Amino acid sequence: MRSFTYERAQSPYEAAAAAGRVRGAKFVAGGTNLIDLMKLEIETPQHLIDVNGLALDKIEPTAEGGLRIGALVRNTDLAADVRVRRDYPVLSRALVAGATGQLRNMATTAGNLLQRTRCPYFYDTNQPCNKRAPGTGCGAIGGYNRQHAIVGVSDTCIATHPSDMAVAMRVLDAGVETVKSDGTTRSIPIADFHKLPGNTPNVETALTGGELITAVTLPKPVGGAQSYRKVRDRASFAFALVSAATIMQRDGSGRVALGGVAHKPWRVEAAEGEMRRGAKAVTERLLADARTTEQNAFKVPLVERTLAAAITEART
Amino acid sequence: MTDFNPTRRSFLKATAAASGAVAAGPLLPDAEAAGAGDAGKEAAPATVNVLLRVNGADHQLLLDPRTTVLDALRERLHLTGSKKGCDQGQCGACTVIINGRRMVSCLTLAVMHDGDSITTIEGLGTPANLHPMQAAFVKHDGYQCGYCTPGQICSAVAMLDEIRSGIPSHVTEDLNAAPQATVVEFRERMSGNICRCGAYSNIIDAISEVNGRPA
Repeated sequence: MRSFTYERAQSPYEAAAAAGRVRGAKFVAGGTNLIDLMKLEIETPQHLIDVNGLALDKIEPTAEGGLRIGALVRNTDLAADVRVRRDYPVLSRALVAGATGQLRNMATTAGNLLQRTRCPYFYDTNQPCNKRAPGTGCGAIGGYNRQHAIVGVSDTCIATHPSDMAVAMRVLDAGVETVKSDGTTRSIPIADFHKLPGNTPNVETALTGGELITAVTLPKPVGGAQSYRKVRDRASFAFALVSAATIMQRDGSGRVALGGVAHKPWRVEAAEGEMRRGAKAVTERLLADARTTEQNAFKVPLVERTLAAAITEART
Repeated sequence: MTDFNPTRRSFLKATAAASGAVAAGPLLPDAEAAGAGDAGKEAAPATVNVLLRVNGADHQLLLDPRTTVLDALRERLHLTGSKKGCDQGQCGACTVIINGRRMVSCLTLAVMHDGDSITTIEGLGTPANLHPMQAAFVKHDGYQCGYCTPGQICSAVAMLDEIRSGIPSHVTEDLNAAPQATVVEFRERMSGNICRCGAYSNIIDAISEVNGRPA
């Protein structure tokens, strides 16, 4: 691990200001992804700003009837919150489908959104990777890419976003509240938060330099039958090949967001108009622009079948 | 005959203490904690004062900020029960209980835990007075080589607490009801502790026995 200097932030504003001021600074909260990447020298921050002492660990009701989830709320506590379990069960389900008990006790809400891809070429510093080292090429295109993205891909990157939680946040229309290093605050719709790779796969989110996530907000509950179905190579502690966060209403309408298929949680609102016609029709719209490889083409029928199972489950 | 009868553990402790005595200098940055092969390439990093409350005892340490909780426990406090398996948060051998929650100590920096209370396998029980989970692992043969065992036991103890406090898992059927302490739940919740010898069924037997005991 490369050497770095360390400070404990005293307030969100101070943390964001420090991150904007100090070159090579990064925030650390749970550390479950960052520390791992620092050991491999994929991440080499020169300065770490520890935000664990900030009072951002509460889940509070909003004036609009939703919830404001502090950036530091641990995955375990978010999944176990009685309001989340009752009113946003797709979020609880997505959280407990990810990682392990130990990691969920450490990982935070904001950090989960900021996870880096688990693409093996990103993780291997001997391999080319436009995300880790822009301009070096992509080892996954033409390489081992069974786990990689099938929609929203570019000629520079076919990595997937690894989060389960973010897929549920996307289907729930969450908002990401931040403070910038100049002290201004904003809320970024989750749909705009994660970026597609394009020609800059190293730019993964809408955050600007030094910007700190302070909370994630959920709109008021939408009800319906909510589920998170995750298909993976083993029954526990594995990233999704395909996952589907669904909210199905009694009138046959519904929402769906996918994990494991794109550089961001994948949702196409226009496809949801096809929900009454079934999984095949929805999937055709959701994956209309799919660009698969020989190894990951199986994900297209897998999405349809996963969605079909979710629709069937919701109707029984 | 002499009564020289070293165990591996006492030998490691003795040599660690001896090398510490030789190397100790005033406020010398901890080279052993600084990681692979960087010595000499970089300026000595600024050290940070950290208070760790480990198994009921306070330890004020001056640490290179790169030091993980696991390395602080093993290399500085010589509590070698917590094991370094993968050092990537994937195997669970380093599991300890921090402020009541099980965590993988390899993926968190000691400086992030100033003032935190840490329980390691050494703090759960002693050879003369085993924690019920330790005794159950012995009784049910919940290990072969034993390398994953301290992590398995710390994880299992905290895992039962998680069920009791109503934290759901991937296999919990009803999110709005209290989760049940079943074998299916144990298996899912223990998936972060890998046992390469494959003692899983005996580990589940040990956990089941402890769970069945009156509180």
